Amino acid sequence: MKTYFKTFYHWIDERVQLEDLVQFLGKKYVPIHRHSIWYYFGGVSLFLFIIQVVTGILLLLYYKSGEELAFESIQFIMSKVQFGWLIRSIHSWTANLFILTAMIHMFSVYFEKSYRKPREITWLTGMLMFFLALGFGFSGYLLPWNELAFFATKVGTDIAGVVPVFGKPIMVFLRGGQEVTGATLSRFFGFHVAVLPGIFTVLLGIHLVLIQRQGMSEPLAREEALAGREKTMPFFPNFLLRDLLLWLIVLNLLAILAVFFPWELGKKADAFASAPAGIKPEWYFLFMFQTLKYIPGKLWILDGEIFGILLFSAGGLLWTLVPFWDRKSNRGEQNKVITYVGLFVIFYIIVLTILGWTA
Amino acid sequence: MTTTDGLNTVNVKKRDFLKWILSGGLVAFVGSVLYPVLAYLKPPSQSEVEVSSVKVGKLTDIPKDSGQIVKFGSKPVILIRTVAGDLRAFSATCTHLDCTVQYRKDFGAIWCACHNGKYDLMGHNISGPPPRPLNEYRVVVQGEEVFVSKNT
Repeated sequence: MKTYFKTFYHWIDERVQLEDLVQFLGKKYVPIHRHSIWYYFGGVSLFLFIIQVVTGILLLLYYKSGEELAFESIQFIMSKVQFGWLIRSIHSWTANLFILTAMIHMFSVYFEKSYRKPREITWLTGMLMFFLALGFGFSGYLLPWNELAFFATKVGTDIAGVVPVFGKPIMVFLRGGQEVTGATLSRFFGFHVAVLPGIFTVLLGIHLVLIQRQGMSEPLAREEALAGREKTMPFFPNFLLRDLLLWLIVLNLLAILAVFFPWELGKKADAFASAPAGIKPEWYFLFMFQTLKYIPGKLWILDGEIFGILLFSAGGLLWTLVPFWDRKSNRGEQNKVITYVGLFVIFYIIVLTILGWTA
Repeated sequence: MTTTDGLNTVNVKKRDFLKWILSGGLVAFVGSVLYPVLAYLKPPSQSEVEVSSVKVGKLTDIPKDSGQIVKFGSKPVILIRTVAGDLRAFSATCTHLDCTVQYRKDFGAIWCACHNGKYDLMGHNISGPPPRPLNEYRVVVQGEEVFVSKNT
């Protein structure tokens, strides 16, 4: 058996010089320090993305898009298809955990200032993937065509519509018409299973190649103190095995969540029903949703909602561009302001999410 | 390029000309590829049957102190019968972010569940985020039958 494997390896190696790659992997090290734990969240997010691709493809085998078919096809998956309930529940739970781990990954990179030169592009691709992940969440939420999703989509696309000048055409493009209808469902289905995964995969490729090329970032203070004599662990196999162990734990956690807290399907969407009391968006949109409730209808000359949308857009843009205005970290100096801004953002998100949840 | 050589000047001019032709051609080509794609993305406007009036039902079937959603073409309209027995109809689409409103008996107002917007029974926005009042529709009672029609 071993000789067969060797012959096969040799055959490949002769043609594509595998030896270089093996050498490269052998030389890859992961720094060890008291913040090392945060290195695992990128890997967990990657694992969750892979689960989404696999369960997503499985759901595609039975899902039918369309106003008269979508809700019924998910009912079919959950009640008739063997383990359909499990696959769908895992897909929904993973979507939420993915956003959570991606958020933790993002905040850890932010607080360590790992976005500083030379890793600006890694940060940018990461942020774009995060926005795409929100897009995945928003588009996927509509696909079961239930009441909650219907109104969430009405609100979400209407928010795009209030942006001056570009807003209306974007809203019509997203909805596939003036209203949220079956046309919207078709478009969201296309975004969710083709457009977003395509773009996401390209960005993920760039993100991962950059990490291999540049190695792991280290905290600022440590870089100065320990230049040249840091403690490390080999990526292969030490770090990889730890990664895999954690992935296994995450998979078990998902199975527990999916079995004991199966994802609800709710009531089928009806364009002529009132929005149900207690309607809420997914938890990761909750802090913005709650903020919109507090902004009055008119604020100076602006409609309140326009003000809220501009505020969040500007905030998101500043956050994404942090490697370009945080000059201090780029020079290798400590920048307390960035840390305080990050703490404020976390505080704001947590408080508003709790308020939204209990409201 | 400036040169006294007559031949070269002609060449430069010729090259400029080719540059313009080629880049212009490229732009035109890209445009002719992109235009159909962009135009395809824009959903065609579908002609809807213009609805001017719908029959809701019998007056005796509409209890006092209640509200219901009525299909008005493709749009939802809320028909309210007040405690006093008056009938009023408004667009049921919240002026804030497009959710569908409902009648709340407990505070005798029109309420939107999405962002806690409130309107009084004349359709005026009274609290929460809605920026404008709800559009009013006309309610006509002919004999026993109740009709909702556009407020022209």
